[in-house]
Amino acid sequence: MELWYTEQHTQNVRFTIKVDEQLYNGQSEYQRIDVFKSKEFGTFLTLDGLMMVTEKDEFIYHDMIVHVPMATNPGIKNVMVIGAGDGGTVRELTRYDSIENIDMVEIDKMVVDVCREYLPQTASKLDDPRVHLYFEDGLRFVRSKENTYDLVIVDSTDPFGPGEGLFTREFYGNCFKALKEDGILVNQHESPYYDEYAQAMQRAHKRIQEYFPICKVYQAHIPTYPSGHWLFGFASKKYDPVTDVKEETWNQLGIKTRYYNTDIHKGSFALPTYVKDLLTDTVE
Amino acid sequence: MHSASQDRAPIYEALQKYKAMRIVPFDVPGHKQGRGNPELREFLGERCLSVDVNAMKPLDNLGHPVSVIKEAEELAADAFDAYHAFFMVNGTTSAVQAMIMSVCKQGDKIIMPRNVHKSAINALIISGAIPVYVNPGVNNALGIPLGMSISEVRKAMEQHPDAKAIFINNPTYYGICSDLKTITELAHQKGMFVLADEAHGTHFYFGENQPLNAMAAGADMAAVSMHKTGGSLSQSSFLLIGSRLNIGHVRQIINLTQTTSASYLLLSSLDISRRNLALDGKNIFAKVTSLANYGRDEINKIGGYYAFSKELINGDSIFDFDTTKLVVHTRDIGLAGVEVYDILRDNYDIQIEFGDIGNILAIISVGDRALALERLVSSLSEIKRLYMRDKTGMFDHEYITPDVVMAPQRAFYSEQHSLPIRDSAGQISGEFVMAYPPGIPILAPGERITEEIIDYIVYAKSKGSFLTGTEDMFIENIRVVGE
Repeated sequence: MELWYTEQHTQNVRFTIKVDEQLYNGQSEYQRIDVFKSKEFGTFLTLDGLMMVTEKDEFIYHDMIVHVPMATNPGIKNVMVIGAGDGGTVRELTRYDSIENIDMVEIDKMVVDVCREYLPQTASKLDDPRVHLYFEDGLRFVRSKENTYDLVIVDSTDPFGPGEGLFTREFYGNCFKALKEDGILVNQHESPYYDEYAQAMQRAHKRIQEYFPICKVYQAHIPTYPSGHWLFGFASKKYDPVTDVKEETWNQLGIKTRYYNTDIHKGSFALPTYVKDLLTDTVE
Repeated sequence: MHSASQDRAPIYEALQKYKAMRIVPFDVPGHKQGRGNPELREFLGERCLSVDVNAMKPLDNLGHPVSVIKEAEELAADAFDAYHAFFMVNGTTSAVQAMIMSVCKQGDKIIMPRNVHKSAINALIISGAIPVYVNPGVNNALGIPLGMSISEVRKAMEQHPDAKAIFINNPTYYGICSDLKTITELAHQKGMFVLADEAHGTHFYFGENQPLNAMAAGADMAAVSMHKTGGSLSQSSFLLIGSRLNIGHVRQIINLTQTTSASYLLLSSLDISRRNLALDGKNIFAKVTSLANYGRDEINKIGGYYAFSKELINGDSIFDFDTTKLVVHTRDIGLAGVEVYDILRDNYDIQIEFGDIGNILAIISVGDRALALERLVSSLSEIKRLYMRDKTGMFDHEYITPDVVMAPQRAFYSEQHSLPIRDSAGQISGEFVMAYPPGIPILAPGERITEEIIDYIVYAKSKGSFLTGTEDMFIENIRVVGE
C-alpha cells in the first residue's frame, strides 16, 4: 500500500509527497488540521489541505522572515507576530537576546497545541518567558495598539480562509498605527508565479504601499510551497533593508543560520523582471 | 409551542418529488429546466433551473392554493402564531400594498408616521386612501426619526375618528419600536385596523428577548420580509393576518397585482427558511444578537462613533430597540453616514445597508460571521484615524414635518409641470424624492416644497446620497402640481 499527500497548487497542477503515516487529523473552529510523517520532508503540517510547514525546509522560511528585519535594525526590542502557529518564527526571534517582548497572536489555539505535540522542532521556544500568546483574531488584536512595536511579522495562512482579514487595507493600516516611528512590517507575501497567488501578492503589496514610505519585496526558494518561489514584503517608516542593513553588527552576533547570511540579505531584494512588473502593475 | 410538523416543508418536498418524476415539460417556462439556456444553467446551476417551474397540479397554485402551498401557508401561520399566512413573491412592497388595500378604499383615511417606506405611500396612490401623518419625533442628537408616541397617536385618532386603519413600522429601519400593544388596543377601541410593516422584524417571531411582534400584540396584518433577516431569497415575504380579516378577501386583493407565474425558487426558499427558523430560530438569533452586541461594544471602544442600543429606550417614542440592528452615529467624527458608507465600499470592500446624513446601518443576520465583523470594526477604526475632521457645518436634522396639501393619488394624477428643484419652493410636489436606501421619502406627492426641504436635498446630494424618485434621473428637476 502507498499513501500520498497531494496538494492542488492550481486547478491544473498538483504536488505530491509520499507519506509514511498520518499522525494527526482534527477539525478546529476555523479549519481542518493534519500532521503527516514522510521520508523526504520529515513531519509536516497542513491546514485545510494546504502545506504550512515541513521539518526539512522550514528553516528557509523562518530564517528569511526573521533575520532580514533583525539585521536591518538589530535594536528591535518589542515584536508582534501574527499567525505563526507552528512557532518557527518565534523560535528564530528568541535567538536575539536584545528582544525583550514577543506578542504572538494566533487565531487558532488548536494549531499551536498540535504543533507543540507533533512539531517540537518549530514549537520549542513558545514557552520562552518573553513570549506571550494571544489566541484571537490578529485584526482585532492590532486594532487597539498604537505606537507600540518595533517589528510586526505577518506570518499568516493564505488569504482564503481564517487569514482573509489579514490581507486587507484595514489590517495594514492598523499595523502601521501599531508600529513606532522606526517600525518595520514584514509580510508573508505569497508567490508571484501562479495567478491566484500572484494576485494576492499584488493586492497585499499595493495596500502596504499606501501606508509605508519604504516598501521592498524579497524572495526565497521554499521547495514545498506552490512553485517554490516565495516572496516577503518588507515595509518600514524609516529603514531601507538594502542600504541600512547592519552587516557587521549582525555578523558579530554569531547567530548560526542555514539559509540566511548578509550576502543573501542583499541579494534577495534583486527580483526577476516579471516580478518587478507585477509589483508596478496596478491591481484592484 | 408550535405543532410538531414544523420540520416539514411541503413545497420543497413537492419539488423534490417533481424532480424525481422526470416530467416532460410542454409548459412554461420555456428554458425547459435550463436546457434552452445553457449559459444561464452554467451560471445558476442545473439544480436551480430544474425547479424553476410553472404552477401545476402536484405543485399547487399560489393564486388559489388547495394542496402543498395551502399546507405550507398553514405551517407558516403556525410558526408565526398568525390566523393565516400568505406567501408573497412580489416583495414586501406588495405585502404592504395588500395590507392597505385590504382595509382602505378610495377616500378612506389611514393614520401613519411620515417615516414609512415608499411602498406604503405608493399604496395610497393606487388606492386613493388619504394619509393622516403622525409626527414620529426626532432624536436631535442622532438625527433619526423615532416611533410614534401614544399621545400623538391618541390625538390623531381623536381628530380623525373615521380613520379606517393605523400603519406602524415595527421596527423602523433604525431598529426603533413603538408601543405596539397599547396602540393596537387604542385602535381596536376606535374600530380601526392595525397594519404593521415588519419588513425588518422577521426575527421578532423567532428569537428570544426580542421586541414584541405584531401578531403577539394583536395587530390585524403584518408584512414580514423573510428575505431581509430570515434567509429566504430576495423578493420573498410573508403577509400575516389576524382573525378580524377575511382570508378570501385578502387573497383577492393580493391577486389584483401579484404575478400569476409565481417563482417556485422564491416559494421553496420561504418554505425552507420558515422551517429553519421554526426549528432553530432561538439559537440563530441568539448568535445574531451577540454578534451585533459585540460589534457595538468594539465600535464604541474606538471613540468618536456612537453605536446606540437599548439605552435610548424612553417608554414611549422609543418603546423598544431591536439590538440586531448595528446602527452607528458618525457625525462626531465629522463624516456624514453616507460618506462612511462610500469609504467602506470603495476603500475597504465592505458593503453596508445604508448611510444617511448622520448614521450608517449594518444588517447582522442569519448569515453573519465574527471574522467579517472584525473587518467592519477595524475599517471603522481606520476611517476615523485617516478621515476624521471637524464637524462644524454638518447638518444635524433628518425629519422635516410634511405639509400635506392634497391626497397623494390626486397629486400624482393631476396636471403637472417640471421645474428646477432649486426654484420649486412653495409648489406642491407631484412626485417622490428619497434617498435609497432607506427609501423613506423626503417629499411625497401632494406635499408642499419648502426651502428647508430643498436645502436638505442639495446637502444630501453633495454628500453622495443616492437620491431617487423623480422622473428626472439626475434629480435636478421636479414635477410640481399645476399647469
